[in-house]
Amino acid sequence: MNHIDWELINWSRAQFALTAMYHWIFVPLTLGITFMIAIMETIYLKTQDEKWKSITKFWMKVFGINFAIGVATGLIMEFEFGTNWSNYSWFVGDIFGAPLAIEGIMAFFMESTFIAVMFFGWDRVSPKFHLLSSWLVAIGSNLSALWILVANGWMQNPTGTSFNPDTMRNEMIDFWAVLFNPVAVNKFLHTVISSYIVSALFVVGISAWYLLKRRDIVLAKRSMLVASVFGLLATIGTFWSGDESARQVAATQPMKLAAMEGLYKGDREAPLIAMGIFGEQENTIHKREKFIVEFKIPKALSYLAFLDSDKFVPGIDDLVHGNPKERVRSFQERIDSGKMAIDALGNYVKAKKYGDLNTIENELKTFRTHEKDFGYGYYFGKNPHTLIPNVKMSFYAFHIMVILGTYFLVLFIILFVKTLRGKLDKSRGLLRLTLWSIPLGYIASQSGWIVAEVGRQPWTIQNLLPNIAAVSQIDAFSVQITFFLFLIIFTTLLIAEIKIMLSAIKKGTEH
Amino acid sequence: MFSFLDYSGLQHYWWILVSLLGALLVFLLFVQGGQSLIYTLASNEKEKTMLLNSTGRKWEITFTTLVTFGGAFFASFPLFYSTSFGGAYWVWMAILFAFILQAVSYEFRSKANNFLGHKTFEVFLFLNGILGSLLLGVAVSTFFTGAEFSVNKTNILDISSSKMPIISAWETPFHGFEALWTTENLAFIQNISLGLAVFFLARVLANLYFQNNIKDKNIYKKSQKSLIYNSVLFLIFFLFWLIRLLFLDGFAVNPSNGKVFMEPNKYLHNFLEMPLVLAVFLVGVVLVLAGIAANMFFNSKKGIWFSGLGTVLTVWMLFLIAGFNNTAFYPSAHDLQSSLTIYNASSSEFTLKTMSYVSLLVPFVVAYIALVWKKMDSKEISSEELKDSENHVY
Repeated sequence: MNHIDWELINWSRAQFALTAMYHWIFVPLTLGITFMIAIMETIYLKTQDEKWKSITKFWMKVFGINFAIGVATGLIMEFEFGTNWSNYSWFVGDIFGAPLAIEGIMAFFMESTFIAVMFFGWDRVSPKFHLLSSWLVAIGSNLSALWILVANGWMQNPTGTSFNPDTMRNEMIDFWAVLFNPVAVNKFLHTVISSYIVSALFVVGISAWYLLKRRDIVLAKRSMLVASVFGLLATIGTFWSGDESARQVAATQPMKLAAMEGLYKGDREAPLIAMGIFGEQENTIHKREKFIVEFKIPKALSYLAFLDSDKFVPGIDDLVHGNPKERVRSFQERIDSGKMAIDALGNYVKAKKYGDLNTIENELKTFRTHEKDFGYGYYFGKNPHTLIPNVKMSFYAFHIMVILGTYFLVLFIILFVKTLRGKLDKSRGLLRLTLWSIPLGYIASQSGWIVAEVGRQPWTIQNLLPNIAAVSQIDAFSVQITFFLFLIIFTTLLIAEIKIMLSAIKKGTEH
Repeated sequence: MFSFLDYSGLQHYWWILVSLLGALLVFLLFVQGGQSLIYTLASNEKEKTMLLNSTGRKWEITFTTLVTFGGAFFASFPLFYSTSFGGAYWVWMAILFAFILQAVSYEFRSKANNFLGHKTFEVFLFLNGILGSLLLGVAVSTFFTGAEFSVNKTNILDISSSKMPIISAWETPFHGFEALWTTENLAFIQNISLGLAVFFLARVLANLYFQNNIKDKNIYKKSQKSLIYNSVLFLIFFLFWLIRLLFLDGFAVNPSNGKVFMEPNKYLHNFLEMPLVLAVFLVGVVLVLAGIAANMFFNSKKGIWFSGLGTVLTVWMLFLIAGFNNTAFYPSAHDLQSSLTIYNASSSEFTLKTMSYVSLLVPFVVAYIALVWKKMDSKEISSEELKDSENHVY
C-alpha cells in the first residue's frame, strides 16, 4: 500500500471536517428558529397584537444574519464531493446524486424563493401570503436536511443498490429502499429534532439575557414560552430517536458502537460506561486506550443495543481478530474476502474483453459472493488495526452529547414550569445558567456529528469504499492551501457574524 | 409515464434538463453583472444601496440555481462531476470562493458592527460579480475546446501498483487554469472570449433589469450609457467565439463503437443536422438583441424579459449542440477516448427514470418562483422605501 498518499487523504478529511463543522454551526439554528418564527407570526396573525409582529421581526433579523453564512458554507459541502472526493462521486453518484438533485429542486428553491417574501414582503404581499411564506421557509429548510441526510444515511448503511461490474460503480435498484432506509429515517429525525434543541437554547438564552438586563421584557417572556415548549418537546424527541439510533449502530456499524463505548473485549450482559476517563495508552503491540476512571451500568449496553441484556456486544478485539463462538468474522477474513472480490472483478473485465463467457460467469459469481466485503480488499497486506476508528474521540463525543442532552431536558422542564408560574425573572441564577447554556447546545450538536463520522472511519461508504479509494487525484499541497483559505475565510466571517448578531441582540426591539 | 423513453431517450432528456438549468443560470447571472456595475452606475451611497437591494432580492435564486445545476449534474452525469470538479480543482475552487463571499456580503454589508466595514463587503460583491460570470464562462467553453484529463474506470481495481485507485486524473499541474493559456488550436482565445462574452452579457442583463426594477433617474441615465458599451463588447466577444466555434474541429463520437474522433466543423454540422435547435438558437439571439434594442432605442423598460428569455434559449441550444448528435460534451484534449459523452458519463437507466418523475416538479417550482417574483416586483425599488428603518435592507 505504498502508493497510498496518506497526506492527501488526511488533508482531504481535514478540509471536509472543517467545512462540515463550520456549516453545522449555522444549520441547527436555521432548522429550528424558522419554525419558531412561523409559530410567532401565526400568533400575531391570530391575535393582531403588534408586539408579536415586532417579536417575529426581531427573530427574523437574527435568522437572516445566521442564514447567509449557512448558505455560504453549505455551497462548499455540495461541491467538495466532486472537488475532493471525486472517486467517491463516481462510485456512488448514481445513488447519492439523486437525493442531492431532489434537494435542489424540492427544498432549496422553496427556501430561497420564499425567504425573499419573508424579509421584504411585509408591504408587498398579503399578511396570509407572508405567513405562508414563513412556514414554507421553515419546511423548505427542513426538507433540505431530509435529502442530504438520506444520502448520509445511505453511506452509513448502503441499501437499495447493487454494484455494476460493467460501469464500476454502485447503482440504485430500489429508490424507496434508499429513501426509507431505517438508518436514513432515524438519522433525519435525530439530527433535525436535536437541532431544534440548539435553536431553542439560543432563543431561551437570549431571552434570559434580556430578563437579566430587565429590558425587552415582553419579547423575552413570550419568546421564552415558545422556545421552552419547543425545546422540551425536541429534547424528548431527541432521546427517543437517539435510543433507536443506538440499536441501528449496533446492527449496522458494530465497530462504531464499540468505539463509542471504548469496549475492547465484547461480552454478553455488557455494561454501559456512563462516564469514563482515559489514561495513557496501554503499551502493547497495538496501542489501546485504557480507562483510569469508569462508571458502569451493568447489562445496560446489551440492552441498549439489542433490547436484550443477555445479548453479545462485540468489542474492538472481537471485530479485529474475530470471535467464532459469537459468529463474528475477523477483519483479516473480510480483507481476504474483499481482495477476492476485487480480483474477481479484474478477471471479469479481462474475460469480457476477450469474450470468454465461462470465465465471465465464474468470476461474476465469485464477485457476488464476496461483494459485501469489497472495500476491505483495499487493506490487503495492511495491518487490520488500521480499520479501528479513533476510540478516544468517539467515546468522549458520544458521552458529552448524552450528558448534555440530559442536562437540556432538565433545563427546559424548569424553564417551562417557571415561565408558566411567572417566576422566571426572579430566578437570576437560572437565567445566567440559561444564557451560558447556548454554547453547550452547539457543543452537543457538533459532538453528535463527531460520533457519526469519526466513529465510522475509515469508511466513506460502510464496508464498500474506504477513504483511501474515495479521494480526488490532486496533490496534497493544493488541499492544504484550500484548507487554510477556508479556515481564514470562515473564521473571519464567523467573527463578523457574531459581532453583527451581538449588535442586533443588544439593539433588541425597544431601541 | 417515462416508460416510452429508453435509456438513450432518458440520457437525452436529462441532458436537456441540465442544459436548461445551465441556461437559466447564465440568465440569472444578471445578479453578478449588477454587482460588477455598482461603482459604475451609482454616484453615491444611496444609489449603491438601491442597486444592491435590487440584485439582493434575487441573489439566492441565482445561488440556488448554481447549486441545483451542480446537484443535477452529479445525479445525471456523475462522471462529469467527478472528473471536472476533482480535476479542474482550482477553477472550481475559485468560483466557489467567489460565491462564498457573495452569500454573506448582502446580509452583512449594511449591518452595524460588521467587523470588516461595509466597503469590504461591497468589494466582495464586486469581485463575485466579475469572477463568477467570467470563470463560469471559461469553464463552459472547455465543453467545446476540451480539457486535460484521462479516465480509466479499471483503476479502481488497482490496489498494488504505484498509482492511487482513482479513475479520473487531471494531466496538468494547473488543475483547470491551463484553459487560460492552452495554445493548441488557440483554445485559450476561445475560452477567454466566452468568459468575457458571459461577463458582458451579465452586465447587459443587469442594466436591463435595473431599468425595470429601480425607480431612479440618475441610475436610469447611467445604465442606458452602460447598456450601450456593454452590449457592443458582448456582441464582439460572443460573435467572435461563435464564428470560430462553427469552423473548429469538434469532438465527434462514432455511434457504432463509441470511439471519439475529430470532425471538421462539427458544431456547424450539429446546427445544420438539428434544424430545430438552430431555429430556437436564432430566435434566442434575436430576442436578446430585441430586448437590448427595446430599452436602448424605444425607452422601454421591458427589455429584460426579451433578453432574459433570449439568453435562456440561446445558451440552452449551445449546450445541446455540445452534447447531442453524437458529440462528446466534455472532451478530453489529453486522451480523446477519455472524453465524456451523454452515454458514457450518465447515471443508470433506473436512476435517470426515477429522477425523471421528480423533474415533473420543475414546472410547479418555476410557477411559484414566477408568482413570487411578480408579487415582489410589482412595486419598483425606490429611495423612500429604503429609508424605512422597519424594513429589511441590504
